[in-house]
Amino acid sequence: MFAFITRRVLQAVIVMLIISLLGFAIKQSVGDPVREITGISVSAEERERLREELGLNDPFLIQWIRFLGKAVHGDLGNSFYFKRPAFDVILSKAPATLELVIATAILVILFSVPIGIYAAVHPNAWPARFFMGVSIVGVSIPVFLTAILLIYIFSVTLGWLPSFGRGELVEIFPGWQSGFFTIDGLAHLVMPSAALTSIMLPLFIRLIRAEMKEALETEYVKFARAKGIHPSRVLLLHAFKNTLLPVITVGGVQLGILIAFTILTETVFQWKGMGSMFIESIERADTSLTVAYMVFVGFIFVVVNTVVDIIYGFVNPMVRVAGGK
Amino acid sequence: MLKKFLDSFFFYSFIRDPVAVGSFLILAILFITGFGAPVVAPHNPYDTTTIDIMDSELPPFWISGSDERFLLGTDSQGRDMLSTMLYGMRVSILIGLGAVALQALLGITIGLIAGYKGGRFEAFLMRIADVQLSFSTYMVAIFFGALFQAAFGMGLYEDFAIPMLIAIIGFAEWPQYARTVRASVLGEKKKEYVEAARVIGLPSTRIMWREILPNTLTPVLVISTVQVANAIMSEAALSFIGLGMPITRPSLGSLINVGFDYIFSGSWWITLFPGIVLVILILSINLLGDWLRDFLNPKLYKG
Repeated sequence: MFAFITRRVLQAVIVMLIISLLGFAIKQSVGDPVREITGISVSAEERERLREELGLNDPFLIQWIRFLGKAVHGDLGNSFYFKRPAFDVILSKAPATLELVIATAILVILFSVPIGIYAAVHPNAWPARFFMGVSIVGVSIPVFLTAILLIYIFSVTLGWLPSFGRGELVEIFPGWQSGFFTIDGLAHLVMPSAALTSIMLPLFIRLIRAEMKEALETEYVKFARAKGIHPSRVLLLHAFKNTLLPVITVGGVQLGILIAFTILTETVFQWKGMGSMFIESIERADTSLTVAYMVFVGFIFVVVNTVVDIIYGFVNPMVRVAGGK
Repeated sequence: MLKKFLDSFFFYSFIRDPVAVGSFLILAILFITGFGAPVVAPHNPYDTTTIDIMDSELPPFWISGSDERFLLGTDSQGRDMLSTMLYGMRVSILIGLGAVALQALLGITIGLIAGYKGGRFEAFLMRIADVQLSFSTYMVAIFFGALFQAAFGMGLYEDFAIPMLIAIIGFAEWPQYARTVRASVLGEKKKEYVEAARVIGLPSTRIMWREILPNTLTPVLVISTVQVANAIMSEAALSFIGLGMPITRPSLGSLINVGFDYIFSGSWWITLFPGIVLVILILSINLLGDWLRDFLNPKLYKG
């Protein structure tokens, strides 16, 4: 077990190093920090002195290590556009993204669990076939198109829901502006979370259905049924409980897809979260912020994945052995 | 030759499946009109001299105020929607096929070598594939798009948008192929014909490419159709967030992106028509791919 954890952590560190190296290389190749600091009216000697002072004449490797050292302390450089530390900018946008993701997660759980169980228990009933068919179509429609369609129907034609922004916000913690506690904020949340749900839901319905089907075939479920336990109790307490772990771990791995789709959804709805900030930073050529976002998201992603893997390793020894070859 | 094909089991089960035939026909029409766009399309959207800004935002033919020259209306610059979509579809399909060709080349080479040679090299390459897959291809594609644009600058990126996008999407999705090929190579290389080839002293490159590879092509074929749909989706997503085709040479994704700004003024056709075409394209590829998978691997069908 110790060897397994060490190997996974080591791998995570290597992945982070590669991400930071890529990001740093891009940062190096674009823009000259000295020009940003000084402007034009500074002599060549002055510039050279500043370069030396900032360590810009050092070899690439040493500069990268310095970048790493700063990054570990949460210093990812300054955003050119916001004139603030990039890390602060990202943190100030995080609550918006987090609220969108939480709302989506609630919707996904609310719908995927009953539909997934139903489709596993009655695989040939017409509602199950209908849901599976819809989920194939759902996967084929890109999330931004669903979002545009929602906007056209509910904002432009019917005028029921607001189409962009987060609406009225309340500060619940210092720095955390929440839209959960006002009617206006919730109204703004409906369409973005619905769009994001439309693409994540089919994934989870299929996952729960597959795991549930497998659990229903096992001996202990047959035994519980033979014992005469109430069918709904067998389904929920015996079968479903045992599908939770694989669903959560495989679900955790979907984080990458979720991040990508959050970027797209936020762009459509001008949701002021990290995703739209990332796209704007590319448009504004704010490379520092672009790279900071990548390192930040890469870090979260790697941490979540590593933790999920290790938890899975604890519960399922087969993973450890398979990883050990 | 044709008669043999018509008598084959492949054709028999294809013709008996209405979904497969339907999606194949739709796909054929889309491909022919897309690649025949210069001949089929009533206007040339790349030719700026024929575009009149006075024609902008005209609705499709069934809405009053439409112009009979433009069957499906015009976009914000006065380009004919139908022609622009046909040209855009050609760009989308081209990038999709190009990206899949690149990822197949990368993935098959790596998967074949990794599966056959084994050892540390294999472990290393497959780790990279695992890590990259866990990030999801969309995220990798978006990140590479951002990196490419930052590294080459906006102008150069847009000038070489098609090869850039093929490289980005191809590189983002090679692990799918590598894994599939490696898995079947591992199964094949223990078989007797490989041993026989080794005994008569064939060089290992020949064994890999001429003996093993043809026997691993079935799963490759199965994932290829789905991968084309994925690549077209990735391209649309990249174009939609402004990391893809420029509006002067639009793909379906960038058409949706530009049209989105006009949806609030009521010109829904600029964004919804390309969207519908995109969905039909992806859906028919996916359905055809599903049928192909069931046909080539009946064991999977029940699961």
